[in-house]
Amino acid sequence: MHRLTLAQIARGLAAKDFSAVELSDALLARIQQLDPQLNSFITVTADQARAQAQAADARRASGENGALLGAPIAHKDLFCTKDVLTTCASKILHNFKAPYDATVVEKLAAAGTVSLGKLNMDEFAMGSANESSHFGAVKNPWDLSRVPGGSSGGSAAAVAAGLIPAATGTDTGGSIRQPAALTNLTGLKPTYGRVSRWGMIAYASSLDQGGPLARTAEDCALLLGAMAGFDPKDSTCVDAPVDDYLAALNQPLAGLRIGLPREYFGAGLDARIAEQVLAVVEELKKLGATVKDISLPNMQHAIPAYYVIAPAEASSNLSRFDGVRFGYRCENPVNLEDLYKRSRGEGFGAEVKRRIMVGTYALSAGYYDAYYLKAQRIRRLIKNDFVQAFAEVDVILGPTTPNPAWQLGAKSADPVSAYLEDIYTITANLAGIPGLSMPAGFVDGLPVGVQLLAPYFQEARLLNVAHQYQQVTDWHTRTPAGF
Amino acid sequence: MQWETVIGLEIHAQLSTRSKIFSGSATTFGAEPNTQASLVDLGMPGTLPVLNEEAVRMAVKFGLAIDAELGRTNVFARKNYFYPDLPKGYQTSQMDHPVVGKGHLDITLEDGTVKRIGITRAHLEEDAGKSLHEDFHGMSGIDLNRAGTPLLEIVSEPDIRSAKEAVAYVKAIHALVRYLGICDGNMAEGSLRCDCNVSVRPKGQEAFGTRAEIKNVNSFRFIEKAINHEIQRQIELIEDGGKVVQETRLYDPNKDETRSMRGKEEANDYRYFPCPDLLPVVLEDSFIEQVRGELPELPGEKRARFESQYGLSAYDASVLSASREMAEYFEAVQAACGDAKLAANWVMGDLSSLLNESGIEIEQSPVSAQQLGGMILRIKDNTISGKIAKDVFKFLAAREGATADEVIEKKGLKQVTDTGAIEAMLKEMLDANAAQVEQYRASDEAKRGKMFGFFVGQAMKASKGKANPGQVNELLKKLLEG
Repeated sequence: MHRLTLAQIARGLAAKDFSAVELSDALLARIQQLDPQLNSFITVTADQARAQAQAADARRASGENGALLGAPIAHKDLFCTKDVLTTCASKILHNFKAPYDATVVEKLAAAGTVSLGKLNMDEFAMGSANESSHFGAVKNPWDLSRVPGGSSGGSAAAVAAGLIPAATGTDTGGSIRQPAALTNLTGLKPTYGRVSRWGMIAYASSLDQGGPLARTAEDCALLLGAMAGFDPKDSTCVDAPVDDYLAALNQPLAGLRIGLPREYFGAGLDARIAEQVLAVVEELKKLGATVKDISLPNMQHAIPAYYVIAPAEASSNLSRFDGVRFGYRCENPVNLEDLYKRSRGEGFGAEVKRRIMVGTYALSAGYYDAYYLKAQRIRRLIKNDFVQAFAEVDVILGPTTPNPAWQLGAKSADPVSAYLEDIYTITANLAGIPGLSMPAGFVDGLPVGVQLLAPYFQEARLLNVAHQYQQVTDWHTRTPAGF
Repeated sequence: MQWETVIGLEIHAQLSTRSKIFSGSATTFGAEPNTQASLVDLGMPGTLPVLNEEAVRMAVKFGLAIDAELGRTNVFARKNYFYPDLPKGYQTSQMDHPVVGKGHLDITLEDGTVKRIGITRAHLEEDAGKSLHEDFHGMSGIDLNRAGTPLLEIVSEPDIRSAKEAVAYVKAIHALVRYLGICDGNMAEGSLRCDCNVSVRPKGQEAFGTRAEIKNVNSFRFIEKAINHEIQRQIELIEDGGKVVQETRLYDPNKDETRSMRGKEEANDYRYFPCPDLLPVVLEDSFIEQVRGELPELPGEKRARFESQYGLSAYDASVLSASREMAEYFEAVQAACGDAKLAANWVMGDLSSLLNESGIEIEQSPVSAQQLGGMILRIKDNTISGKIAKDVFKFLAAREGATADEVIEKKGLKQVTDTGAIEAMLKEMLDANAAQVEQYRASDEAKRGKMFGFFVGQAMKASKGKANPGQVNELLKKLLEG
């Protein structure tokens, strides 16, 4: 049962092959048995899951037939869930129970999904390896000595290991696409503003976007359809109709114009990954796509720009964690300053502190123009690169990551080497365009991903291309040994 | 040495929107602590702000009223600093792109001259909560009801040269925001607060002296006292060879002094940057024109109209247009009696004294504009004299009658105009003062003039003021000549 996709689950539930309660019980048992090896869950909400599964079964018995009714999922632990811990994998929120549900949580619950719990992540979504969690590193089910990627590493590991069929994640610089690539999943970062950020604890507000991780493009389409849409509570959420992602999946790819940016195939890319990516291109050509070499000349500036803008916003976003109203508070503060300094000093981990320091510096008087404003100018250039590129091609294709999953701890001492792993994903966040990563084969038994980028609000196109590819290949059906 | 004072004011006006600037919580003053604080106001993780359009509309109203350039693209910025009553660790404000740009406001000084004060900018921002330090046994309490209340911060140019000018300017702003209906102006509740930047320089010197900022002064009287005290302090300091330090000071009305709050060494770097949770707000022409259409007649326009339409003096017109309520009251009295001059005299005279004595505002006046207008009508048609009218007014104030007519009737204050009755009364009075009558008749013209007043006084006294003064004069002259 744990191998079923969301689409298969929907058919099974409709055909009464199994009930939502049976399914969630089976998966809860699996989580209990297998997750100790992975550490992908921070909180398992078994009681709530059973109640939701029972409710879903009851709704189905009364004639409802929604595609997600009774579907088990889990949420990255930065989506606020009423009366359930929401920790952001940080000591500073280790005891925080939000008094409300995030819009994404609310929408998926309304669609009838059954939430099995809250998933591990890099602390405050800051990281590419899921090693910065206060609750410990998450292991990659493909090789337990390796990282699953991050920051949505718990989401990726849990889905890849078959503990859940799909999960929510968030992507600020690649945090859905990179772990999806490293664990053989399909993951989608929607257009900025497509999915509401209400209740999604902010890392970098102008870059953060929630999205699905699943085993297939079809499952991502199912989840995104329920997650997306206008939310008056988020001023940056766009009031545009949500496409019928499922209907778009089956469009033929004849005439699809694919752009291959030369900057994505330069130094730093593992040659074996390049090979796999080009094999995907060949497969898509067989489906009728045409290919064109293009250039995104400002890509080289993306990482420095990102590591100014994201920390700058984070330094401000994380100011509210001060030990005054919620979360961790230091023991016996002697005065206000001591309360602040020790609560934050003891509550935040090293990577979070590093980014707060970097961001505070970048916004400081005298440095603002040189760092923050300059980074914003680079951001505009990167956006313009994409606008120009999309005048000639429908989607842009390249590797999701330069390397497959690395050994736990291998990059801990050198944060910049970890930052460089986001080189191909960060530009989509800076430009606000949608991006998808899908399984593209294996290198030394480790999964690698190919990334597809599309113009604003063309998630349907990305899902369509990935789905068509998945109809003629089987990389996405491979599962890790032992899970 | 001759010193010149330079003052610039920052006024925080709480906008009277029903809900907060970035959340749906109510803004009512005085609710139980933390009962008007939503998830957003509490700075709960994951919450996001949504701008209240009404706050923008009110700010635009103000901008149009001071003839300012309006910021067509409005950007909200975060001002970052830590404080327990600032739940997010930043205040959402405006920095580089304020809603209201350069404008100006004319103030009338005591000698009647008009001075134009430049307004640098006015921007929208959210208020913080309140820290409460009493009753918590060494701890502090935080009330976040006020957090997120919309403020318009109005920054003046350093055009003000004395404490009196400063007060006149604050009064003009106070009147304006109340005219516009964008702020209730209640200074005691903190709806209008003032930070005063004060410096002194030798007369004739162009460069500004170092300024000190007096924070949060909350009454007209305190503004004048705080500034005057600060001017004195700075002059004495410099004359004693000291230097003014740029710092924030607090005015203590109990001791009538200002004292240092924090020095520059603790100055914050607020790390302003555009708030990524809020999109830029673009003001379209149609929106601005719609707001312009909603503007009421402004104090300056009203003053000019009172002069031209009612023939009032510049002084009267300026007093009567000082507040929207005063102007509305005056015009209602005028409409009821048809006599602007009498209406103005009564509103500025007896009514104002009454309000001052009782310490109440004109909206709470015990005598309505209708009642006062009705009474003035009776002065005009000779039913009562101006003198008796003062009594009628007091009875109305004491609510001893619903209308002037009722009071006049009930108290028997109707003026006597029957010639026969007046003549009889006068004869009786003259009989009682036979000696004076004889003296009068024996006197020359000049002396008679003086004595005549005595007889008029006696006559009015005898009639308890009710005899028509004109008739009394005329008949008395005839009888005395007789």
